[in-house]
Amino acid sequence: MVQTTYVEPARRMTANGWATLVIFLPPALLLFTVFVALPMAEAAWYGFFNWNGYGRPEKFIGLKNYGYLIDNATFVRSLINNGLIIAVSLLVQLPFALGVAMLVAGRVPGAAWFRMIFFLPYVLADVAAGLIWHFMFDGDYGLVGAITHGLGLQPFYLLASKDWAFSAVLIVVLWKYFGFHMMLYVAGLQGIDKSLLEAAEMDGASPWQRFWHITLPQLGPMIRLSIFFSVIGALQLFDVIVPLTGGGPFETTNTMVSFLYYFGVTRMRAGFGSAVGVVLFIICVTFAFGYRRLFMRED
Amino acid sequence: MADTSYDVIPEAAAAAHQPSGHAPHGLGGIAIFGTLVVLAAIVLVPVYATIIDGFKELGDFQSNPFGLPHVWVWRNYWDILTSYRYWQVLGNSLIMAALTVALTLAVSSMAAFTFAHLRFFGDRFLLNYLQLGLLFPLATAILPLFIRIRDLGLLNSYWGVILPQVAFSLAMGVLLMRNAFKQLPNELLDAAFMDGCGYFRFFFFVTLPLVGPILSTVAVISFVGSWNGYLLPLVVINSDSKYPWTLGMMAYQGEYTTAWQLVLAFITLTILPAILMFLMAQRYIVAGLTAGAVKG
Repeated sequence: MVQTTYVEPARRMTANGWATLVIFLPPALLLFTVFVALPMAEAAWYGFFNWNGYGRPEKFIGLKNYGYLIDNATFVRSLINNGLIIAVSLLVQLPFALGVAMLVAGRVPGAAWFRMIFFLPYVLADVAAGLIWHFMFDGDYGLVGAITHGLGLQPFYLLASKDWAFSAVLIVVLWKYFGFHMMLYVAGLQGIDKSLLEAAEMDGASPWQRFWHITLPQLGPMIRLSIFFSVIGALQLFDVIVPLTGGGPFETTNTMVSFLYYFGVTRMRAGFGSAVGVVLFIICVTFAFGYRRLFMRED
Repeated sequence: MADTSYDVIPEAAAAAHQPSGHAPHGLGGIAIFGTLVVLAAIVLVPVYATIIDGFKELGDFQSNPFGLPHVWVWRNYWDILTSYRYWQVLGNSLIMAALTVALTLAVSSMAAFTFAHLRFFGDRFLLNYLQLGLLFPLATAILPLFIRIRDLGLLNSYWGVILPQVAFSLAMGVLLMRNAFKQLPNELLDAAFMDGCGYFRFFFFVTLPLVGPILSTVAVISFVGSWNGYLLPLVVINSDSKYPWTLGMMAYQGEYTTAWQLVLAFITLTILPAILMFLMAQRYIVAGLTAGAVKG
């Protein structure tokens, strides 16, 4: 590339430069401040109040909202659910996506078609995916209905089952997102220098050794990236929950964001809901900073 | 770090057998192809069933959810296609997505341009400030955001959805574009200045035409985000004449809960634009969504 890109241009600010600055920068700063930075700061502030969102927050209750959260079984359950989504994403989805990527990165007939099909669910809206799967899991119609009907069993209402409803959420997440990670890995695989693999093969390395010692390390940056997106995505999962289970049955399938929506927004408990937002914020930021510092330094 | 977190991968790798870059042959090749066909079928079944069951009568698809309809009921689709409501929700989504994309491109390219080419007091600080937006999702601030939108009088308006969407995609837009702008050779700017061209003309006539790919990346990401958006319109929009299709679809399902064949037809028709666009502009969409992730 061009070397000069590394040298900061030491231009003096001209009148023309100032004019550009004064016109070009404020729209971004204004929008960002009004709709991103201030709301987040306000969430931190509102979190200390018992407030219904009208007038000014006056009933200062310190950290009580956070105390209520810790004592709230539904919130704790939603934290655990977010943890489960992260675990399944990392332990099942990513290895699976990598396996599929290995299959479609080669010269299989129709490889481009397969990639497209696997990526398709990612393009669909989460709500649509949730609703489609709500149908699939319906005990009277859909897939589950067909299976129980075919086996001559009683209809089974998966989404109404306390023990199984959350697995339904996990299945939808897998279906919806593995194609995205597969595509990242395909891009990574295509960037690997083929001569490395050929040289290893000539030296008698088994396919397994080549995968373990060449492909995997070479994919490192991509894997670290997809772990990052998995976790951040899992933390903010909401759209799928509403059409699929609405947080039920018995509030067993909420995530932090759906908890925030059902118990904060719809009931206009502005202080309490803001506190949930703050918890989510702290988790996201801690993760993002920590992860980048630990694993993504060299990328 | 690596060793423990990679322990889970062997199963997938063993199933793969084939290192990348080799043309599969013989039995191995057939096995791989077969695996992929089965997988593709599993991935497509929900979409297929949604489309096909929209053509059935309720009784038909209860006994036969995955086969072809015994009688093709075109009415389900036709009634929706000729309804005002269907075109209205798509139109609302399109307006919001188009304005979100246009504003995101305009605002973030201008900001990125100043960060790429001008040195001024506090530039680092302001850049880092904008980058904070990458760290947390819109959902974290949804309650104060709702209160702010309400106090600004933007509840139940397109702008109440558009402006926060733009604000939340700025961080990504500025980051991607600033990197792209900085990669343009400095000689270009020097030459432009020698010819008496100022920053404004340079921006419009040199920079923007040269960074088409990154503009389309940002456009794809913000379009898809807005088109598929649910939480923000759910909180901001409350009259069904302004519903985007995501809300319209949920409302439709709420009205026809048990008439799955109608709900499925409605889902099919509302996801159709996304599917068609994906099939037509597949390369750009995949490149946009993944490259944005990688470069960001």
